[in-house]
Amino acid sequence: MPDTPNYSWPPMETRKVIGKPYKRVDGPQKASGRAKYSSDYNAKGLLIAAYLTSPHAHARVTKIDTREAEDSAGVKAVHVIAPAGAEIQWEGAEIAAVAATTEEAAQEATRKIKVEYEVLPHVVNEADLSKVGTRAKAAGERLRGDPDKGFQEAEAVSEGTYGIPVVTHCCLEPHGQVIQWQGDQVNVWPSVQYVSGYAGSLAPNLKVPVANIHVRMDYIGGGFGSKFTPDAWGIAGAELSKKAGGAPVKLFLERATEQMIAGNRPSAYAKIKVGGKKDGTITAWQSESWATGGVGGGGMPPIPYVFTEIPNVRLNHSAVSINAGAQRAWRAPNNQQASYLTCSAIEDFAAKIGMDPSEVILKNAGYTPRADTYRYQVQKAVEISEWKKYWHPRGDSGSGTVKRGLGMGINNWGGAGHQSQCRTTINPDGSVVVEIGTQDLGTGTKTIIIQVAAETLGLPFNAVKLVTGTNDLPPDGSSGGSTTVGGVSSSTRKASVNALVKLFDAVAPSLSAPADQLEAVDGRVRVKSNPAKSLTWQEACRKMGTSKISETGTNEQRNPMGLNTSGASGVQIADVSVDTETGIVKMNRFVAVQDCGMIINPRLAESQIFGAIIMGISTALFEKRVLDDQTGRMLNPDMEFYKLAGIDDIGNIMVHLDIRPEMDKRGVIGLGEPPAVGICAAVGNAVANAIGVRVPTMPMTPRHVLNALEERKA
Amino acid sequence: MSSKKDSAPDKAKSGFSRRGFIRGVGIGTSTLSTGLLEREAAAAPSTAKTAGPGPVPITLQINGKPMNLTVEPRVTLIDALRNHLDHTGAKKVCDRATCGACTVIMDGKSVYSCTVLAIDAQGKKIETIEGLATGNNIHPISAAFVNNDAQQCGYCTSGFVMATKDFLDHNPNPTLEEAKHGLCGNLCRCGTYVGMRQAVLEAAKTIKGGKRA
Repeated sequence: MPDTPNYSWPPMETRKVIGKPYKRVDGPQKASGRAKYSSDYNAKGLLIAAYLTSPHAHARVTKIDTREAEDSAGVKAVHVIAPAGAEIQWEGAEIAAVAATTEEAAQEATRKIKVEYEVLPHVVNEADLSKVGTRAKAAGERLRGDPDKGFQEAEAVSEGTYGIPVVTHCCLEPHGQVIQWQGDQVNVWPSVQYVSGYAGSLAPNLKVPVANIHVRMDYIGGGFGSKFTPDAWGIAGAELSKKAGGAPVKLFLERATEQMIAGNRPSAYAKIKVGGKKDGTITAWQSESWATGGVGGGGMPPIPYVFTEIPNVRLNHSAVSINAGAQRAWRAPNNQQASYLTCSAIEDFAAKIGMDPSEVILKNAGYTPRADTYRYQVQKAVEISEWKKYWHPRGDSGSGTVKRGLGMGINNWGGAGHQSQCRTTINPDGSVVVEIGTQDLGTGTKTIIIQVAAETLGLPFNAVKLVTGTNDLPPDGSSGGSTTVGGVSSSTRKASVNALVKLFDAVAPSLSAPADQLEAVDGRVRVKSNPAKSLTWQEACRKMGTSKISETGTNEQRNPMGLNTSGASGVQIADVSVDTETGIVKMNRFVAVQDCGMIINPRLAESQIFGAIIMGISTALFEKRVLDDQTGRMLNPDMEFYKLAGIDDIGNIMVHLDIRPEMDKRGVIGLGEPPAVGICAAVGNAVANAIGVRVPTMPMTPRHVLNALEERKA
Repeated sequence: MSSKKDSAPDKAKSGFSRRGFIRGVGIGTSTLSTGLLEREAAAAPSTAKTAGPGPVPITLQINGKPMNLTVEPRVTLIDALRNHLDHTGAKKVCDRATCGACTVIMDGKSVYSCTVLAIDAQGKKIETIEGLATGNNIHPISAAFVNNDAQQCGYCTSGFVMATKDFLDHNPNPTLEEAKHGLCGNLCRCGTYVGMRQAVLEAAKTIKGGKRA
C-alpha cells in the first residue's frame, strides 16, 4: 500500500479498549511482593557495595589510605572516587566505594578508610540573600513595556516576599544498580527512567562498546525526574565489579546519601511587586528573585507564570551557589516555584484591592496563552469547591481559634510525546507481541501500551503480550517531562496499524476484498461494507502461512501526526483549616480541574492526578531540606525529620478531568507533571485567606505559621 | 460477625498507630522500652548467652516454615530476609523505623523489620508478604490494592499490604477514619493514599470478619 496508513485515533464513541479503566497489568505482581525491582536482584555470587561519603560541605581531600579497608574481612574491592587533591563541594559527596560479601562487611570497611581533609569555607543557605556574599550571581535585568510608568499609573500596588525551599525527590527505591563487568561485557540492572539511553551514557565512562552493555529493569521504585542517567554510582559499581574479578555488585544509596546527593528541587525566593487597577486588571510586575540548586546556582523560574502577557514587567534574578547536592528535574521543573511565586503575589494583590482572587484570575486570563481554557477551569473549580460559599475576604474567618480558608493555584505544562519506537508482531497462531524499550514508573505505561495495541488490532486487552525494560528493544525516550504516554501510545498505534496493514494484505484474497477495505473489530477481520463477510482473528492470522508479521512504528517528536500534542493546564483549589494557637495546617479538601487531552485509561489518569496532588500537599505542608549554617551538614537526611505526608494528612481530594470531545480531539498529553504544579500556590493562598496574613515561606509548618501571626501582632 | 468481634484482642478497639508500631519494634529489639528490659533481665538466666561477633547459625520461622541461615548478630531482620533468604517483598527504604516499607508481622503484630535484629526474631512467628498468596490467587488485601489502584511505583506496597493485614486482623470492620489511623505508620511517595483508603475497606469486606483460615 503506497499511501500512508491512517494512524489517527478511532472516534471516541467507537473505542472499545482505549478510554476504559483497566487495572494496571503489573498490579498483582506489585501487590503480592513478587515484582522484582533492580534493588531486589540477588544475582549469583553477588557482592554488596557501600559508599564512604564526605562529612564536610566543602573540603579538599589531602590524604586517603584504603589499606586497612582492603584487608577487612569479606572485602573484595575498594574503589577511590576522590583521590588526594580532589575538591569536595557538598556533604555526602562520594569519596570511595567498597564491595564485600555482605552489606555489613562493606559498611564496616568504609569506616576503615582513612581520609584527611583540608576543610574549606562553605555557604549552605540562600534564604537570606544579604548573607551569601559573592555566592550570588546576578543574571541581568529583563524588561517588557515600561514598568516604572506602569507602577506610577497603577491604582493599587501590593508587595510581598515569598520563598519555596529545596525539597528532595526521596524516591523510595534509592538510586543505584546491580552491575557486572566481565571482560568487555557489562550487564546492569539499574533503577532508571531511561532504559534505552542508559548504555549510551555509561559506555564512554567504561570505554566499553555500547552494544556490549545489556540493561534490564523490570520495575522502578520511583524517579520523579531524578533517575535519568547511570550517575557516578553506575561507574563506581562497574569499577568495583571489574576489580572483584567480574562479580556482580549491588550498589544502592543509603537513605542519608540518597537525601543528600541524589537530587532535589531547587529553591526560589522573590520580592514581588504587583500593580494594577481596582477592577483587578494587573498592569505591572516587578520581581527580584534568587534561587539555588547547589553549586551551580539556580535559574529563574518562569515568572510571571502563565500570565505571560502582563504589559509592564521588570525581572531581576540571582543564582546562588551553595555547598549542597545538585538539583535535578523534580516533577515539573521550576513550574511549582513559578506557580507559587506568581499565584501568591496575585492573591496578595487581590487582597489589597479587596477582590475575590478567583475573579482577579478571570479578569487577567487574557494574559495567558490559553485564556478560554483557564476561564472554563476557574469556573469549574469554583463550582466544584463551592468557592462562593466557603471563600471569604482575607482574614474574615470568624472568631474561633481555628480558621478556614480557600486558595487557588494554576498549572501549565507541555507533555507532548517523546521520540519512541515500537514493534508489533503478529504470529501465525494469532498471538500478538508488542515490544518497546520503555519503563513504567508506576504511571501505568505498560497498561496503556497494551490498551492501544488491543484497540488497534480489534482484540481484547488480555490478547496482547508486552515486552519492555531492556535496551535491545526498539528504543524509547526517557520518562521525563510527561512525555512517555504520548510517545509510547503513538508509536504503539503506528506499529500496530502497520502490522495490521500487512495482515490485511495476507487476508484480502480470502475475503475477496481489497486490503484497504478490511477492518479488525471484536476479534474478527471483516469487510467494512459487509461485516458479515469475516474471519476470526485466528483464521485470519493462519493466512499468513508460517511467517510472522513484525512491523515497527515511530513517534517522531517533530511530527506527531495529531496523535499526541502539547499543552495541559489546570486550576486547583485548596481548602484548609489553620489552628492559630498551634500553627497546624490541616487539609480539608483539594479540588483539581485538569485539562488532559485524550485519556487512554481514566483510572490510571486519575491516579496520576491524585498522586501529583498528594506529593504536592506533602511539599506544601511538610517538606524542606534543612542545612546547618555552622557545620554545613544536612540535619534531616532521613524520613523522620524530612517529613512526607501520610494517609491521614491529605484531606479529601476531588479530581475533575476535562474530557470534553474538543479536548479529546487534541490527542494524548502527558499528565504526570501538570497537576503537581499548583499545590504549594493553592495551599499557601488558602492559609493566607484563613489567617489573614501571608506566611511567606513554604512549607506551611507550625513554625512558619506562628512566626507570620507573631509578626502581624508586632 | 458481631460474635467474632468478641474474640478479637482487647487492643482492637484502640486501633493502631505509629506509636504502637514503635512499641512493637521495641519488644523486638529489647532496647527501646526500659520496663521491658528490666522484666527481661529479671527473667533471664544468670549465665548470659553471647552470640558473635562472627556469623552465627540461626533459624527463623517464616510463613510457617523453619529457615536456616548464618548471619552476624548485627544483621537486621530486613537484611536477613532480603540479602540472605531472597524474600524481597519487604523493602529497605528509610532503614530507621519511619516509612514502613519493611513491615512484616511477628507473633501477630506488625513490626518494622529494619529495626529488629534477626537473632532476636528467632522463635517468633514471622509472616511476610511472600506467605500471603495461596497458589495462584493473590491475597484479598493484595487484590483490593489492585482493584482500587492503590499503588503506583509499588515500592511501598508490600509494607502497606502487611500493615493492612495486621490492622484488619485486629480490627476486622473498620470505619474509614480507623483505616486512615491504622495505616499512618507507613509512607508512600507516589501518593496512592486515595486508593489505599478504599482498598482497606474493600479488603475488610472481602475477608469478612478478619482472620482468614
